[in-house]
Amino acid sequence: MTNPSLPENAMEAGPDLSVSLAGLQLKNPVMPASGTFGYGEEYSPYMDLGRLGAVVTKGLSLRPKAGNRTPRIAETHGGMLNAIGLQNVGLEAFCQEKMPFLRQIATPVIVNFFGNSQEEYVEVARQIDQIDGVAAAELNISCPNVKHGGIVFGTDPAAAAAVVGGVREVLNKPLIVKLTPNVTDITVIARAVEDAGADAICCINTLTGMAVDIHSRRPQLANGTGGLSGPAVKPIALRMVYQVARAVKLPVIGVGGIVTAEDALEFLIAGASAVQVGTANFLDPAAMIAIIDGLDRFCRQEQIAKLADLIGTLRC
Amino acid sequence: MTNIKTTILANQEVAPGYYRMKILAPEFERRVRPGQFVMLRALGFGEPLLRRPFGVFQTGRLQADCDGLPEKEFLEILYKVVGRGTALMRDLHEGDRVEVLGPLGRGFETASNSGQQILVGGGIGLVPLYMLAGELLRQYPVRLLIGGRSREDILMVTEFERLGVETYVSTDDGTLGDAGPVTQVLERKLTRFPDAAVYACGPMPMLEAVNAICASRRVALQVSLEAFMACGVGACLGCVVKGAGHSKEDPRYLCTCKEGPVFRAEELDWELLARRVNEGGRDHD
Repeated sequence: MTNPSLPENAMEAGPDLSVSLAGLQLKNPVMPASGTFGYGEEYSPYMDLGRLGAVVTKGLSLRPKAGNRTPRIAETHGGMLNAIGLQNVGLEAFCQEKMPFLRQIATPVIVNFFGNSQEEYVEVARQIDQIDGVAAAELNISCPNVKHGGIVFGTDPAAAAAVVGGVREVLNKPLIVKLTPNVTDITVIARAVEDAGADAICCINTLTGMAVDIHSRRPQLANGTGGLSGPAVKPIALRMVYQVARAVKLPVIGVGGIVTAEDALEFLIAGASAVQVGTANFLDPAAMIAIIDGLDRFCRQEQIAKLADLIGTLRC
Repeated sequence: MTNIKTTILANQEVAPGYYRMKILAPEFERRVRPGQFVMLRALGFGEPLLRRPFGVFQTGRLQADCDGLPEKEFLEILYKVVGRGTALMRDLHEGDRVEVLGPLGRGFETASNSGQQILVGGGIGLVPLYMLAGELLRQYPVRLLIGGRSREDILMVTEFERLGVETYVSTDDGTLGDAGPVTQVLERKLTRFPDAAVYACGPMPMLEAVNAICASRRVALQVSLEAFMACGVGACLGCVVKGAGHSKEDPRYLCTCKEGPVFRAEELDWELLARRVNEGGRDHD
């Protein structure tokens, strides 16, 4: 894919990896998936966090949440199951203990959040809106591992629209809504969320799965089931991102099984404006830096001056 | 904490099902504290997906391959083949490539008010005690109580003795040393040295028994825990244990990888720990 109209010196400065998303200008489209990157600081020994397109925090609730019993994770072929249960420090501790660090890093901070009820979702959003240094909020209506505050809001279009609408009323910052793949038709939820006032859609959260210990005949996870992530889910995630990007006008953040720059490029071509990297952070703490470098290299090789020009260019 | 792509120097079976792997690891010698661990995966296979945590047995230096080259700094781990991950590791050879993240976690505290130091290791659990013994021996006499199911599960006795550690072996089936649990030796030693400091690593039931003995005698105890984990750096929250005073309203989860793997016994909620093991805990590969 060469561009004959490219100015001769355009590539010398390096390709432009920046993307715009829901009013945010990101230096590149690569950010962590919530829950795989702690509160950012955990990974600071391994990379300059300022190189990331954005940082996305662990999902936060109004009060600290204990999470599920252990075992919480199990490995499967090409992936892993987790049922952490949204363990987090709570909004107050987040502001006091985690935000001072996050304010120092040279990239937008996106706070992922959830509630146990419609009212709590709205209250958390109201408080996040007041946090100085938070660029955007990511609404989690898709966690498969808790009864409330997750998937019940994400599997029904009316419930999804209600919570997004309620949050929208109190949140002035850009609102990203993270969707679950555990539905019959994800585009129905995506359209409901768009109509209710979301600024961007993030998909997919993990796929509900299971693993059994054949000796004890118990589920390997204490929670019974868990969310499947990792390379195994990539084709499904890619298909859903493609469907959602065609169904709505909102920008889409693609997530699911991305390990390499090539994986990220597939998502961009399929219609994602940005990508999140999850399980790969566990395999290599500097995985996102390798992906960003790989995007840069790809653009140079293919003589693509602006990476954003690739978004949604799938030829069908 | 660094992530290095490096080379295996040796991978040898030391007892049936137990292996000792030596890995080229510059800079690790001065950075690893006794009780710390590394996350390891073989390069180029893609399976298993996740790295595996291993306690560091020791670090050291080998002669250079030829004059003019620097000495080879290495780290060494010991592992038992229990599942898919360790079965793949068994088949690795000298020259194969691995990726090592570490050193990770909090190691043992070695400043002690006590004159007598007692280490308790169950099976493969004695791995992190070797560097600890080396460090403690600079100031104190050190005794190691090793327990295992059978004689094949008793490893590295000679290595500890060479350091100058007094060792006591017990096996469940009596095939080596005393017959019975390692804790009966611990009871005897603590009767003789009531002010000793104890350090333990091994299976959860052994740690519980050691904790019960030390708690009733008010003996200082540090334990090194094992857990299945994805990241090793405190992000995935897969390896948490409940800390003392934990409740649903006031959750006090501790990451084995980051706040541990070594804990002072009083930092943990032992009742909940036991329940975890009984309800759902099992060995992971």
